Amino acid sequence: MRKIALIAASALALAACGGGSADDPEAGSGDSLSGEITVFAAASLTESFGNLGKAFEAENPGTTVTLSFGPSSGLAEQINSGAPADVFASASTKNMDQVVESGSAADPVTFANNTMEIAVPADNPAKITSLEDLAKKDVKVVLCAEDVPCGVSAREVFKNAGIDVTPVSNEVDVKSTLSKITLGEADAGLVYVTDVKSAGEEVSGVEIPADVNASTAYPIATLEESKNADLAKAFVDYVLSDAGAAELETAGFAKP
Amino acid sequence: MSARRDTEPDTRVPWPLAVPAVLAVLFLLLPLSGLLLRTPWTELPQLLAEPAALQALRLSLITATAATALSLFLGVPLAWVLARSRRPGISLLRAFVTLPLVLPPVVGGVALLMAFGRRGIFGQYIYEYTGFSLPFTVWAVIIAETFVAMPFLVVTVEGALRSADRGLEEAAATLGSGPFATFRRVTLPLIWPSLIAGSVLTWARALGEFGATATFAGSFPGTTQTMPIYIYETMQSEPDAAIALSLVLLVVSVTVLALLRDRWLNSGTRL
Amino acid sequence: MAQQRDPAVSAPVSTSSLIEGLDADVQVSRGAFALSAHVRVPGGEVLAVLGPNGAGKTTLLRTLAGLIPLRQGRISIAGTVWDDPATDVFKDATERRIGLVFQDYRLFPHLSVLDNVAFAPRARGVKRAAARAHALETLQTLGLDALAARRPAQLSGGQAQRVALARALASGPAMMLLDEPLAALDARTRLEIRSELRRRLTSFSGPSIVVTHDPLEALVLADRILVLEEGRIVQTGTPAEVARRPVTEYVARLMGLNLYAGRLIDPAHGRIRLDSGGELIAASIPEGLPADAKVLAVLAPTAISLHLGELPEGSPRNVWAGTVSGVELLTDRVRVAVKGAPDALVDVTAAAVAELRLTPGLEVQLSAKAGEVTAYPAP
Repeated sequence: MRKIALIAASALALAACGGGSADDPEAGSGDSLSGEITVFAAASLTESFGNLGKAFEAENPGTTVTLSFGPSSGLAEQINSGAPADVFASASTKNMDQVVESGSAADPVTFANNTMEIAVPADNPAKITSLEDLAKKDVKVVLCAEDVPCGVSAREVFKNAGIDVTPVSNEVDVKSTLSKITLGEADAGLVYVTDVKSAGEEVSGVEIPADVNASTAYPIATLEESKNADLAKAFVDYVLSDAGAAELETAGFAKP
Repeated sequence: MSARRDTEPDTRVPWPLAVPAVLAVLFLLLPLSGLLLRTPWTELPQLLAEPAALQALRLSLITATAATALSLFLGVPLAWVLARSRRPGISLLRAFVTLPLVLPPVVGGVALLMAFGRRGIFGQYIYEYTGFSLPFTVWAVIIAETFVAMPFLVVTVEGALRSADRGLEEAAATLGSGPFATFRRVTLPLIWPSLIAGSVLTWARALGEFGATATFAGSFPGTTQTMPIYIYETMQSEPDAAIALSLVLLVVSVTVLALLRDRWLNSGTRL
Repeated sequence: MAQQRDPAVSAPVSTSSLIEGLDADVQVSRGAFALSAHVRVPGGEVLAVLGPNGAGKTTLLRTLAGLIPLRQGRISIAGTVWDDPATDVFKDATERRIGLVFQDYRLFPHLSVLDNVAFAPRARGVKRAAARAHALETLQTLGLDALAARRPAQLSGGQAQRVALARALASGPAMMLLDEPLAALDARTRLEIRSELRRRLTSFSGPSIVVTHDPLEALVLADRILVLEEGRIVQTGTPAEVARRPVTEYVARLMGLNLYAGRLIDPAHGRIRLDSGGELIAASIPEGLPADAKVLAVLAPTAISLHLGELPEGSPRNVWAGTVSGVELLTDRVRVAVKGAPDALVDVTAAAVAELRLTPGLEVQLSAKAGEVTAYPAP
């Protein structure tokens, strides 16, 4: 299964390298694919997967990709409870493992990495320029809660850098963390690069040195319960293709 | 014949009412029993002894009670105005007051930030002159809970005030009692059962408040991390533990409601 | 005993200022209804306001109590102005010191009888203990101290009425207002309370107004009766005057009298031509009434006789023919309605009904002595 996927992916990649137009690559997939699939994807993928879904539909007329976004943990719980989905794209390997362990999916592939960045309000009131600034006493820092993937990564960054940061709040998720910064309630927060990008002008990012930065892997897999396994596989392949990688890179994701 | 007459006629429930009523009970009880069935009972004592859980529970109880007190202090006079004032625009005001009932709590939290946050419409001045900003403090939790829960009190008490016997207030006036004294000595005792019922609803709503609190106050153990937020965060890593903690919240609120019911609400009170 | 001054009644009020009593020129309108009445009640007098439903009795009472402001006119008591739209003076109910007894009593259900009665002193700033002592004193005066600890829900109708009166009296009122005070009671209790209420009101030094639609209540309780119809005063007078010389059909019916309006066509012989047809002769006519003067004449149903066929000898001066239109059984007699010129209600014994076989449609002769016809100038 995995081999086929990889072959398909390389075929796509070749086609893309060859500069061919969107309709000629991957002969065979265009005429045999049809029907619908439902993709469960982590909330941080909202924008990039939204674009990927549309592009995939355009390349494969007659197919419909329904996207459902949410926290990876919640999605994993839903899949294990029998939610009718065909593909799962998780923001953490942990949640993917839960799904694999329960037998709902097999052989997940990492399709992207997300690294951390310091997010500050556009006017940067606390004048944050480095990671060390976050340890200052009067700087209000918000982090994701320790149980949330972005919280795990944030603490890893501080550990790597050897600094001690006491947040004013452990936010329930990354969106909540970000909104505290966009509204100017907090001076800084640690979120994913992609979140800083998607927040637009209200937030600016301060880079974290690569040697202390932490990243989280985004795995994807087709689900065993899928009623349209072929289409599910084709979508996963599309995400893994160069076109997919390019779209993800635009959103700020790093290659795996 | 005589045996049949022993039961009052109105105790017979017609089936078009009985069937949906039974369905309603099942609908409400099944998820709760699901919770009970999936609770890891053996781990429960250990989970409950967790200082973080106790801290969150304690904070929840304190803030919910404070929010109820604040709702009483502000909401009862508001209910009085809504019930008694005949000024134009009162019905519009009523609609605004009940807005938090339909507003998604997270949106409510954002609205609170925009008003009372460090850069909020009012909050910026408070911050400017005192250096104090509400978010991330326990006060923010109380305000968020009050914002979401107070309408329950206002609606309940307003209803009671509307149906309260105005004649008794008139009688009090002829006996020399001013409007406020009448409110305190006649009206308030008359609506007492509804006041208790409204407070209980408010308290229960405040205890379970999640969205507005998480958005406006954030989450930090001991200051702003209430039980629902703690449960939500635990859900990410240990779903079973979260279920057990939910059960604790359930037991606490059911216990309090039951106690209050026996103490205050036993004589045909509308809740 | 009855003359003894009631301490609860007089204590907080200066007695001398009450002598002038109430002077109220009341003009209010509510929607299509307008009330216009000038009411004067001296201190110590009990005025009954009698009228049909919708006559404006309750509106009058609520206006006096300060629950409805005047539109025009003036209300003053003992020289103090309570309401005067012209000078923009309005004292509300709280300031007026009114002892108002509501038809439904309106006792506070959450307070004991003692605290109900202590309510007014408490409202005026008296300390709890002193207010309760005053309330207890009032209850003792009215013989109600045994009920002090009860809640209103535990009282009978009569007891609740007495407590409501005690509560009103304990407020040290400048004026007592009673709205249908006995209407909610059963017949036996009503009889018992009525005489007691009369005593209480008589010993009250300020003016009292009792609103009622029950003529008997007005006759027994009041020193003076004011008849209100459609927002206007149609008659005032002592109970005896109103009972004997009603000026409207409503009062005549309440008093159980046949009332006829007409013109005096022959003052010398007391001949009156009735507006509704027919003539009556009155034995005596008030002095100095000219011919063609508008007069009213009343004739009690018991003063009219019914006959079949020939009349007895030495017959009365008023005789006319009519047709029985209805027969109604009263407690101790039978009231027969007769159509004719004029119409009349006639009271006969049950035996007479059987003897004459009175049924609707039967043609009868009516007779009444001239001495039974009371004639007086129309207002």
